[in-house]
Amino acid sequence: MPATPAPPPGGQPGRLPAPFLVPGGSSFTDFVGSHDPSLLPAGRPLPVGSLAPGLEPPHATTIVALTYPGGVVMAGDRRATAGSMIAHREIEKVFPADAHSCVGIAGTAGIAVEMVRLFQVELEHFEKIEGSVLSLDGKANRLSTMVRGNLGLALQGLAVVPLFAGYDLAGRRGRIFSYDVTGGRYEERGHHSVGSGSVFARGALKKLHRPTQGVDDAVATAVEALHDAADDDSATGGSDLVRGIYPVVAVVDEAGYRRVPEDALADVVRDLLDARTAGSREARRQPTGEVAP
Amino acid sequence: MTQPFYVSPEQLMRDRADFARKGIARGRSVVVLCFDAGIALVADNPSRALHKVSEIYDRVAFAAVGKYNEFENLRVAGVRYADLRGYSYDRADVTARGLANAYAQTLGSVFTTESKPLEVEIVVAEVGTSAEDDQIYRLTYDGSVADERGAVVIGGAADALAGVLADGWRPDLSLAAALALARRVLASDPAAPASGPVRELGPGTLEVAVLERGLPRRSFRRVGGELLERLLSEQDPTSDVPPSPDVLAPDAAPGHPGLPADAPARPDGS
Repeated sequence: MPATPAPPPGGQPGRLPAPFLVPGGSSFTDFVGSHDPSLLPAGRPLPVGSLAPGLEPPHATTIVALTYPGGVVMAGDRRATAGSMIAHREIEKVFPADAHSCVGIAGTAGIAVEMVRLFQVELEHFEKIEGSVLSLDGKANRLSTMVRGNLGLALQGLAVVPLFAGYDLAGRRGRIFSYDVTGGRYEERGHHSVGSGSVFARGALKKLHRPTQGVDDAVATAVEALHDAADDDSATGGSDLVRGIYPVVAVVDEAGYRRVPEDALADVVRDLLDARTAGSREARRQPTGEVAP
Repeated sequence: MTQPFYVSPEQLMRDRADFARKGIARGRSVVVLCFDAGIALVADNPSRALHKVSEIYDRVAFAAVGKYNEFENLRVAGVRYADLRGYSYDRADVTARGLANAYAQTLGSVFTTESKPLEVEIVVAEVGTSAEDDQIYRLTYDGSVADERGAVVIGGAADALAGVLADGWRPDLSLAAALALARRVLASDPAAPASGPVRELGPGTLEVAVLERGLPRRSFRRVGGELLERLLSEQDPTSDVPPSPDVLAPDAAPGHPGLPADAPARPDGS
């Protein structure tokens, strides 16, 4: 790996190669592309063809995001699937992108995690070189470029679809951006979900999301939407009370990114399950009752 | 046919060194010193936008004197080096020593092969998990590296001021005491450094940043505005920076916004 500067042709060994010293340019991706493109996901040519059925890579699934008056909440379940198998029970799909934004991933897990790593470095790199933070739209556009760079792989079945959310320090509100595999970027109003369980999660969000709710209610809504998705989608995992595995829930507000701690999530999940258990018991007792299980 | 004059290698190197040294001595100094909870970088720099001290990586900072365009170019190269290394391997694998080596090779190679040496002097500092692990490397225009202990002053009349700094420095200084010492050093008259400060250096003319010890991620913080005024004031009891704001180290999820390994704190502390 040429992370240590390799001797440039005709230059002094050990000296930082020319691309390091080119003035201007605050994009890490552009710099790596000029120095060693093979380190970039898009810089590695792949042979044509598709994967054998037994080699299917893990897929990460449902992510939900919703805004509340002080910011935005994003949550992701913890399951990765390979075909009909559960590949991982504790995978994390919601990451901080920088101090005031977060990104959730659905699609081929390996490629998605690499994309997130590159995106994180890209934002931090800009911040250090320029001495200022990118605007939220600027960050969303950078991610758009990265998704578009993955189009070749997406055509071979290895698609990545991120969901990006952050606190807009200029507009003082939380915002959500969704993407398609061609890099199309769309701002969402209020709430959105991506991944295999997104249809069910979106239905739940439509009913539960109140734009005026506080952060605690927003977190509870996100968790409930994930549970609804897990109820109907086999590739989405609910909370695993036996092992103590809960969804990853991130809150981004004016103070920045923070992850909701697990003990707080455990309370949210317990309240949700208690309410549903009581509702279901009530429904069994009165067969004509209107409470859904 | 004209014959080029013969210039002995000694003469050539001496001329280049004199040239670089003069350029560096014209500027103002920068002081880098350890205090009880990290490393402070203090520059005599009235500009709010053109920085002399900057962040390179999680625990690594950069301070420079000399020609702005030349050290800015090296700073950007350092950020690229560190980010590329952290991206290819892991964040823990970016060290001040590796960066100092890369800088030393670059400075040395420019000094010997190009017509003009770089008129810069650089400090690369890394805050460790304990005071013994702190590293401060001083790099000069010809690529030589010095591993400094505790405190160092570069640029301007650095040789004359080094004595004042060495006399006043102790490993257990609080941040306020360290800043007071740095201010005294920067304000001293190089002709008579022992006679005390001869200039008034206020918060507006000092650029201050710290590398805080013990943060899991980005530890570089600029100190300015009201906080710097309070730290520099002799009446005010503030002697340390307040704990990092929640953005940098949220109670619930310790550390700067983490990377994929950003696990929440467990109640049992594991």
